[in-house]
Amino acid sequence: MVALAFFAGRSRSLAIATNVGGIPYLNSLPFYYGALTAVWCAIPSLVVLLIWNFADNYFISNMIVAELPESALELVEGKKDLLVNQVYNVAEGIMPREMAPDYIVAASERLEVILWWNRMLLAVVCLSIGILGSLFVWMKITPKFKARLHVEGVFLGVLFVSACIAILTTVGIVFSVLFESIKFFTKVPITEFLFGLEWSPQMAIREGQQGSSGSFGAVPLFVGTLLIAAIAMIVAVPTGLMSAIYLSEYADRRIRDWVKPALEVLAGVPTVVYGFFAALTVAPFIRDMGIGLGLDGFMTISSESALAAGLVMGVMIIPFVSSLSDDVINAVPQSLRDGALGLGSTRSEVIKQVVLPAALPGIMGGILLAGPRAIGETMIVVMAAGLAANLTMNPLDSVTTVTVQIVTLLVGDQEFNSPKTLAAFALGLVLFIVTLGLNYLALHIVKKYREQYD
Amino acid sequence: MIKMAEDVKDEQKMQSAEPSAAENDSAGPQDMSAKIQGTVGRPFVDDAKIKMRGVNVFYGEKQAVFAVDLDIKENEVISMIGPSGCGKSTFLRCINRMNDTIDICRVEGSIQLDGMDIYESKLDVVPLRARVGMVFQKPNPFPKSIYDNVAYGPKIHGLVSRKSDLDEVVESSLRRAGLWDEVKDRLDSPGTGLSGGQQQRLCIARTIAVSPEVILMDEPCSALDPIATAKIEELIAELSENFTIAIVTHSMQQAARVSHRTAYFHLGNLVEVNETDKVFTNPDHDLTEAYITGRFG
Amino acid sequence: MTKAVSTQAELVERSLKKRYRAEKRFKIAGIISISVGIAALFALFIEIFGNGIGGFSQTKIKLDIVLDSEELEIYDVNNEEEVSNGYYEGVIRLALRKKFPEVKSRGDRRKLYSMISDGASYRLRDLVMADTSLIGQTKTFWFLADDDFDTYFKTLLDGDPYTARVDEKQRAWVDQLIEEGNIEKGFNTAFFTSGDSSEPELAGILGAVIGSLLTLAITLALSFPIGVAAAIYLNEYAPKNRLTELIEVNIRNLAAVPSIIFGLLGLAIFINLFGMPRSVPTVGGLVLTLMTLPTIIMSSRAALEAVPPSIREAALGLGASKMQTILHHVLPLALPGMLTGAIIGMAQALGETAPLLMIGMVAFIVDVPSWFTDSATVLPVQIFLWSDSPERAFVEKTSAAIMVLLLFLIFMNTMAVLLRKKLERRW
Repeated sequence: MVALAFFAGRSRSLAIATNVGGIPYLNSLPFYYGALTAVWCAIPSLVVLLIWNFADNYFISNMIVAELPESALELVEGKKDLLVNQVYNVAEGIMPREMAPDYIVAASERLEVILWWNRMLLAVVCLSIGILGSLFVWMKITPKFKARLHVEGVFLGVLFVSACIAILTTVGIVFSVLFESIKFFTKVPITEFLFGLEWSPQMAIREGQQGSSGSFGAVPLFVGTLLIAAIAMIVAVPTGLMSAIYLSEYADRRIRDWVKPALEVLAGVPTVVYGFFAALTVAPFIRDMGIGLGLDGFMTISSESALAAGLVMGVMIIPFVSSLSDDVINAVPQSLRDGALGLGSTRSEVIKQVVLPAALPGIMGGILLAGPRAIGETMIVVMAAGLAANLTMNPLDSVTTVTVQIVTLLVGDQEFNSPKTLAAFALGLVLFIVTLGLNYLALHIVKKYREQYD
Repeated sequence: MIKMAEDVKDEQKMQSAEPSAAENDSAGPQDMSAKIQGTVGRPFVDDAKIKMRGVNVFYGEKQAVFAVDLDIKENEVISMIGPSGCGKSTFLRCINRMNDTIDICRVEGSIQLDGMDIYESKLDVVPLRARVGMVFQKPNPFPKSIYDNVAYGPKIHGLVSRKSDLDEVVESSLRRAGLWDEVKDRLDSPGTGLSGGQQQRLCIARTIAVSPEVILMDEPCSALDPIATAKIEELIAELSENFTIAIVTHSMQQAARVSHRTAYFHLGNLVEVNETDKVFTNPDHDLTEAYITGRFG
Repeated sequence: MTKAVSTQAELVERSLKKRYRAEKRFKIAGIISISVGIAALFALFIEIFGNGIGGFSQTKIKLDIVLDSEELEIYDVNNEEEVSNGYYEGVIRLALRKKFPEVKSRGDRRKLYSMISDGASYRLRDLVMADTSLIGQTKTFWFLADDDFDTYFKTLLDGDPYTARVDEKQRAWVDQLIEEGNIEKGFNTAFFTSGDSSEPELAGILGAVIGSLLTLAITLALSFPIGVAAAIYLNEYAPKNRLTELIEVNIRNLAAVPSIIFGLLGLAIFINLFGMPRSVPTVGGLVLTLMTLPTIIMSSRAALEAVPPSIREAALGLGASKMQTILHHVLPLALPGMLTGAIIGMAQALGETAPLLMIGMVAFIVDVPSWFTDSATVLPVQIFLWSDSPERAFVEKTSAAIMVLLLFLIFMNTMAVLLRKKLERRW
């Protein structure tokens, strides 16, 4: 239909053009008349379609509820949704008719009728809006009508809306985690969440049980997250930095041409692969080594250790740190190196005493940018770090992290509005705020650093 | 005696470091270059501190300096002048092997410092550069404090063993660079916070703190205003009592003011070397005359 | 003066040895750092390949099956329901008993039956249903072995048998089968032609691969046009104001937000608020779209910036409108760079796991999805699920699936590199 509108608009403009003496006498090319007609045909009906789709569920549910007998409504008391769901299930054949009460079956039959009418009505409305829109433009086509300007306006509008999706996403994230978190904090005080030392949300599964509220002290999670992230950074920062230095200051071109892409491959490996590697190979190796060294006498050695997850995560972050350091080191002006070399410094002295101090802010920024990666990394810790919320600094013990808990709380069956589910959103909120803060700080530092040498 | 480039650097870095000599935009009329036949004047001296014979410098395929023979006497100031792109900066950088940092650069010929060939393959550039210091076109103080900038050289070379000695070296170097009175109250503030002229004097102080025998200066005043330039020129005159100084400059007046001898470069050739007075009053070569009278450059 | 100079030279000389030691140490530290990265890469690949290569082969056992209609309880071959409900398990068990007549006790027989995969009877049923004339004949079939036997047989061939899950009697049976030439290792077609299963020997990645493709199709269809449009707006139209700055800061920050947060967004907004179904590629695609958008916008902007302003000026100078300039001149020149960015974004999306766990794409789904609204899982999630399974045979399946995933990623990245090389333009 949109195509039809396009051709209708275009042919109309062509027809008018012949009347006034040819295409050059039109304000815009025929293409734009066609395009404008098509746009007026498509966009309003699409908008209606979208709104309709979101709204119709609500209206239909209300209509169904109106159909249901009073007695049934009183029976379930306030859980209208449940009944409506049953009606839908029966209508779609998921639930056998024989099992449902009569009034549900009746309502489901009614529902089918409503749905059919709904679809028909929608089609009719959309079609007619499309036709009306096209007609509206079609009528307006005259030699003086500035179709091109209108089309360009629409084009710009589409571009602008696309650009705003980034903002919408952020708003979406903030709303989704914030609202659920606020609900959570009405059930569990925020101070308990932030400063409590015990985490055992599993107790909340069975309702009516003693102490069913569980305990939601997230400190063990924060400590676990920081422990693993710290191990990862201890691995990644020196290794990544030294790799970048060696590649840019010492290695000859052939070596660099091979090593650089190889390190980049490390960045492209999916995290689930790292997780598998950590769980299958690294964790048992570390446990065996810990026991082999006789460390089990002094501390707990778990098969899922913070060290395994941290080490593998560190390897994952190496290319990130190294490429950021590379940029930063290359931004240090050659004149500084010349100055130091001219005084008779060795290469390492130039790097250690001139290049690195000069690049320090940039490198700090890079490390801060790597932080959110380590803190927000999910799969490696889910697969290798474990679930036990131990409050420990022992890297050989099993710890859990914020991301692991979000996954465990939300995967599988869940009821909304239980503190257990909401807790995941509260954790998500903390994660979001921390990563955003770190990122903002890092970008600020890096920007300042760049300005210094521009 | 061929020096192969041993250092591989990022291409980007290389380009930024490559002196303008490589551009080879011939400033003079083409027919004039035909007249260059060897060097006229007095390129050689009896007790040479630095003795250079047949120095050729290449950037990749392109040759930037052609068979230069030149001696530099102890404690003299020799200035090198010439139109831009004439190879004078490139030539200067050969004397402490700063050209090693550019990987496509290749140097042929022999350069001897007190009879020691500095392009010998086994020679270590680190002590060489400690003996032959360099001041660059753009002031390049390290992003450290003023004190640390000056103390850097003595520290890395292990020239002093005690903190008090280091303080002494820093103070005397800053004094000789004429900067002490201006910075003595803020030795801990960053060197990059100084003005351009002060920065350049800081760089000179940094160089003399290592107590080199020779100081190479690559257009040290080109980024400075006239007052700062005058201060640096005064400083060069004072330093010439203790150091051998080779200075590349754009400004003929500067060459006339500070140097004992002047070398004129043209398209990579050393055209004339003479006492400064003679070069500027009665040059032996037509090209030199053409340049100092402003016909090109 | 000469005296002072010589002291300087001597002092420098004296310091050199120590300084060169430091230089050497520094250089070695650099080499070690690089080696750590490269070694980790090799360890990862060797481990995955070593484990995964076995996943592509499967042990099969040859049996002579008597398709007796009595035994099958099929009396009317034209009755489809009867054929489909036939007792196929029975004829397989009969064939096993015939092969090993000495097995008498009930427990031993159960062990014997367990040699053949549970999927064998279904396969037999499908064959018979396709050709009912088979009933009454005796046919030879190769059936998949059960995963424990599969692991044992494969490790036996490698010389280091894994015996934890098979007892002595079962090993003797396998030896007998080997002697008679009735057991062999073949290519694992099931791995590529079926969906997930709780039986390792029947589990395949087809469902996950299709799920990934469907999800990626949605992601690409949404994120590429939106990303390009946003990039055009920001680079070509956006006025320098607060709003523009806000958008730019937002994009940069979204690039650093952990992927799991996007999963939370998907769960709260798409599933709870909009009432979209769980586990479907559509929602997965939407979430991944939001996640990859920053990458695509940033690479598209870089591609637009690479188009020299002279081109724009030339077109504008001819009287072309801004939209015409962009659509006719700038966009075609920037497209290769944008495509490269899109491929890299897709590769990122293909390997992503965490946000999809949040929106329920982690369910156990046997059927191969065929449309965007079917329940599905994706390749990395499948890897996660299998890596969690206790059966030993799943280790090699997981590794094999990882190999397939890496192959896809390598393919995509190579494409991106080639595209960039081929369409690179020099101004």
